[in-house]
Amino acid sequence: MEPFTKIRSVATPLDKVNVDTDQIVPKQFLKLVQKTGFGQYLFFDWRYERDGTPRKDFVLNDSRYKGSKILLTRNNFGCGSSREHAAWALLDFGFRVVISTSFADIFYNNCFKNGILPVKVEEQVLQKLFETKSEIEIDLEKQTIKTDDLNVSFSIEPHWKKILIEGLDDIAVTLKYDDRIAKYETDHRNSNPRVL
Amino acid sequence: MAKTLFEKIWNSHVVVDEGNGRSLLYVDRHLVHEVTSPQAFDGLRMNKRKVRRRDLTFATMDHNVPTTNRSLPIVDQTSATQVKALERNCKEFGIELFGIDSPDQGIVHVIGPELGITLPGTTIVCGDSHTSTHGAFGALAFGIGTSDVEHVLATQCIWIEKPKTFEIRVEGKRKNPHSVTAKDIILSIIKKIGTAGGTGTTFEYRGEAISELSMEQRMTICNMSIEGGARAGLIAPDEKTFDYLRGRRYVPDNYEKLVEYWRENLMTDSNARFDKSFALHVDDIAPQVSWGTNPAMTVDVTGRVPFPDEYAHGNPEEEKAAAKALQYMGLKPGTLVTEIELNRIFIGSCTNSRLEDLIEASKVVKGRKVSPKVRAMIVPGSQHVKKEAEKLGLDAVFKDAGFEWRESGCSMCLGMNPDILAAGERCASTSNRNFEGRQGAGGRTHLVSPVMAAAAAIAGHFVDVREMDLN
Repeated sequence: MEPFTKIRSVATPLDKVNVDTDQIVPKQFLKLVQKTGFGQYLFFDWRYERDGTPRKDFVLNDSRYKGSKILLTRNNFGCGSSREHAAWALLDFGFRVVISTSFADIFYNNCFKNGILPVKVEEQVLQKLFETKSEIEIDLEKQTIKTDDLNVSFSIEPHWKKILIEGLDDIAVTLKYDDRIAKYETDHRNSNPRVL
Repeated sequence: MAKTLFEKIWNSHVVVDEGNGRSLLYVDRHLVHEVTSPQAFDGLRMNKRKVRRRDLTFATMDHNVPTTNRSLPIVDQTSATQVKALERNCKEFGIELFGIDSPDQGIVHVIGPELGITLPGTTIVCGDSHTSTHGAFGALAFGIGTSDVEHVLATQCIWIEKPKTFEIRVEGKRKNPHSVTAKDIILSIIKKIGTAGGTGTTFEYRGEAISELSMEQRMTICNMSIEGGARAGLIAPDEKTFDYLRGRRYVPDNYEKLVEYWRENLMTDSNARFDKSFALHVDDIAPQVSWGTNPAMTVDVTGRVPFPDEYAHGNPEEEKAAAKALQYMGLKPGTLVTEIELNRIFIGSCTNSRLEDLIEASKVVKGRKVSPKVRAMIVPGSQHVKKEAEKLGLDAVFKDAGFEWRESGCSMCLGMNPDILAAGERCASTSNRNFEGRQGAGGRTHLVSPVMAAAAAIAGHFVDVREMDLN
């Protein structure tokens, strides 16, 4: 996983609430057996007409946001299906940060597992970010969001911060606890009643 | 100290407590399907890792499988690739697979309980958000992404932030249990708390109306916990739970001993505190019909399609979303729900495809004909459900009425297989999500119970099933 440092970019404003993972990647694209190449399907049904031409009124097709690494969106982003393809598509398209007032739980986890930083902010801060004309800078180390007219901090679970900054392999970290896992298994296998 | 059921299950599965709310939990059962697992197995291969507990891991294929003639090869090459990848992965890593030709094949959340893999007091995960279904047995069960699938395969554990507890009380006894169903109860709850109402929490459903439900009805309720934003939903196990599981194939040999323990321990202590609470009374619940593009956009069958401001209660973002939903759904505010006409009917999905669902729907259908304007389909949740239903002659009831009788799978709930809606088609569906394009690009989904779907199939539009004699 690519370590996360500081990201500075224009933000893509997706002004919608309750964006579900079916919209982020429609189901017809879940059949791939690899993690790459999903960027072309990101928000597919909102991004393209039925005949495949890009929809002019959709933000991902707006040249002002080309190369953007930050997605701004409204409450409850990523609700619905657990499909990690949603995170893979965002990453593959180029997004490393998603900012909203809240995220669905499974999606929130899936982001960190793929080097995407989901940032939770208050409603007023989100509104200011939607209104800003400048680029946005996200500093994970300092936990700050900066624009020309805004400088606020955000909170993040220390564990996720470490995983992102160091680009750690989650499984390797857990395997360090192998003896604890083995002990749990032995204790429970021998305890009565058991289900293991 | 008094504890909730959730806290008891949580505490008994902590392997490592980091002390900051985050713990490494042991996973008792891991269910795997073809769509969210190929990348996880690839990860294991790349890092030369093994599956830690093959004996606690079970796989089936459900999302992609065709529901028509199974003796034919899968036409869609990408679907075939995923199905084959799962076969290969299960063989290579030594995992038990209920494959496409297995008599045990079915939707993962139908076969888990059916085979006795699901047990009270256990932790269960699966790369599918509707894993919450298994909470009906008093199991802490939740959906995970593919990275976590890989993590569980390799370590049999999962890192998770401890969710808050959310009590959902449903009081009273249903006067018309055949027409006001578990589906109507859960849709009513989601309508009230919203699709993010349960974010960061685990629900525990309690109250007389919940105790009174059968196991299959409880599964319908817990299944849609995720639609209320909660990763998991629990119902304390009772004699119905123990009777349902007794004698099933994967239930451990010391089952009666387990039951004794569960009976003593798996409940919320009387003076335990929940972080949040919500209550409603069954007398206030009517058959529900969703009108919009998320499950909270739901009204009583006797109601009208709302105006955006009526739905949004002063929230401008929600008002915009409602206007957009109405446009997508092709509905005019103020329209009576019973005037909404349908082209398609889908009875199936991990929410409502079990034997009882089919029995209830058959009572509505028996001796009647599907409206000539409608194409209607029944997709049983598993091969066992299908066989049991056929023993009762339900297939004949449905086929005589003009329904298609299919093989088991997820089918039109998410349309990954050929069962999809065409753009503009309107469907009464017993599934769980009415998101834009969920059942096919441009398709319009109305979430309802099996009896409401069956009644709509006959009438060609929604009807209040309470007006029918279902006893």
